[in-house]
Amino acid sequence: MNKIKIIIRKEWAEVFKNKMVIFTVAFLPLIMTALPLIILFSTRDAGIGNTFNSEVSQMVGGGICQEGLNGAECFQAYLVSQFMMLFMLIPLAIPITIAAYSIVGEKNSRSLEPLLATPITTFELLAGKSLSAVIPAVLATYGSFIFFLLGTWLLIPSKGLIFAFIDLRWLIAIFIVGPLIAILAVNLSLMVSSRVNDPRAAEQISMILIVPVLGLFFGQMAGLFILNKELIAIIAILLFVIDALIIFLAIKIFDREAILTKWR
Amino acid sequence: MINTNELEKKFGDATAVQSLNLDIKEGEVFGFLGPNGAGKTTTVRMLAGLIAPTKGSAIVNGFKIGLENHKIRSSVGVLTETPGLYDNLSADHNLRIFAELYGVKDIDGQVEKYLKMLDLWGRRFDVVSTFSKGMRQKLAIARAIIHEPRTLFLDEPTAGLDPEAAHILRSFISDLRKGGRTIFLCTHNLDEADRLCDRIGVFKTRLLVIDSPSKLRSSLFGRKIVFHLKKIDEIMISSIRKFDYVTNVNVVENKIVVTLDDPEIRNPELIKSLLDNNAELTFVGELRHSLEDVYLQLVQNAD
Repeated sequence: MNKIKIIIRKEWAEVFKNKMVIFTVAFLPLIMTALPLIILFSTRDAGIGNTFNSEVSQMVGGGICQEGLNGAECFQAYLVSQFMMLFMLIPLAIPITIAAYSIVGEKNSRSLEPLLATPITTFELLAGKSLSAVIPAVLATYGSFIFFLLGTWLLIPSKGLIFAFIDLRWLIAIFIVGPLIAILAVNLSLMVSSRVNDPRAAEQISMILIVPVLGLFFGQMAGLFILNKELIAIIAILLFVIDALIIFLAIKIFDREAILTKWR
Repeated sequence: MINTNELEKKFGDATAVQSLNLDIKEGEVFGFLGPNGAGKTTTVRMLAGLIAPTKGSAIVNGFKIGLENHKIRSSVGVLTETPGLYDNLSADHNLRIFAELYGVKDIDGQVEKYLKMLDLWGRRFDVVSTFSKGMRQKLAIARAIIHEPRTLFLDEPTAGLDPEAAHILRSFISDLRKGGRTIFLCTHNLDEADRLCDRIGVFKTRLLVIDSPSKLRSSLFGRKIVFHLKKIDEIMISSIRKFDYVTNVNVVENKIVVTLDDPEIRNPELIKSLLDNNAELTFVGELRHSLEDVYLQLVQNAD
């Protein structure tokens, strides 16, 4: 455990000196939090306040409209729900960027061999590298969500709306799906980084993960489905299985001998 | 100490190391010489517990490779072919990371000791990307030895350095041996191997020869004594040839070059014989072959 901590501290000391990493870690959560807040703020006087909640609830579906919300609040909750998937870009993009610069950087500077020559196990090395990318992503996701809740509470006169965002749907998405996406992203990025010599190439290839997330975003926007708590729970279970598989593959790829003799 | 038994490494069909048998004693400085691609780095990686051999076995510091790699890695230090430092971090930070990974107890003391020994103390908080090649190499050596390993593997420690930086590093390596540490030195620099090593192994996929530098010279070329004379005649040459321990006699201008085994014992008799035949000797000395001659002869014969 101590060696994992050493690797995490080393990774952070190195990778956070890179401007690209700082930009991704700092600005992405900022944008993804500001966007729904702007929408909430600009629709605070949407003019449908007199519409019955039940009518709007029927219209938006997915159990988004909760008891106590008026029509306008219900509509706002629906609009912002569309952006739930954008929140999921935070745990996706941050670890990809960190892992890409971390592994490709080590490859280019040939610093992996001295590291592998120390009494560190492959698991400790992989865990240290993965966690150094996952932790900032998860913290940024949680931080963004808390900031979003605070912003909602401060900007919107109706305090009932905030409870619409502390429902099971949002909580599963932020606190379970978010970390699972981060684990998937970091392991995919580690595998891709082992095959390329340019961090930007590793980043771009790994960003293929953005496709299913955007697919869910646009699918919901187009009204093809609603991301209700059941669907989000299914996504979480699927991600858990995929994560287990991809961790197994990453450990295989991170074989000490393969790193030394095949990584170019 | 290092002991290998028929150690072999193959990558697919290609053999990188074949039937390597070594017995390196504690405190010995062993030079591992060979051309590029000879398998030197692969050997170091196997002995440092980084990659597994295809066949054979080895014991390093009392631990079996393959079975006790973790213990081997704790007890050896490795200077890799390229320094592989963290360029964005300071020299101090680079060393601290590795000291922690090796479980060094007195990290502050060890970092200070080696940064001062290698004349990097004044630049300890500077990022490594601002360092010259020589400074980077010195830092990489400090990193390899920060945990006081019993065996040190040095892969081309002075490659690409200017003469002054190379001299500093050689002195440092020479000092390291005084502590009874075993040093396994891979190098192309034959002069360096000649100066630093107790024994040398010339290697090209397999071990071609292993011995001390002086014995390698004499076993390959014999020892040659050159006699400078004012004038040479056939009687003088015959007076030398008659001794059965003289294996060869060459005459070049006014010099007689004699090949024999024990010049320290035989020289007085040879000199007396020349003087008895009215030779006027102006100079007597040994004609030394460089280690480069030995190396080239062995490697070319291996082809």
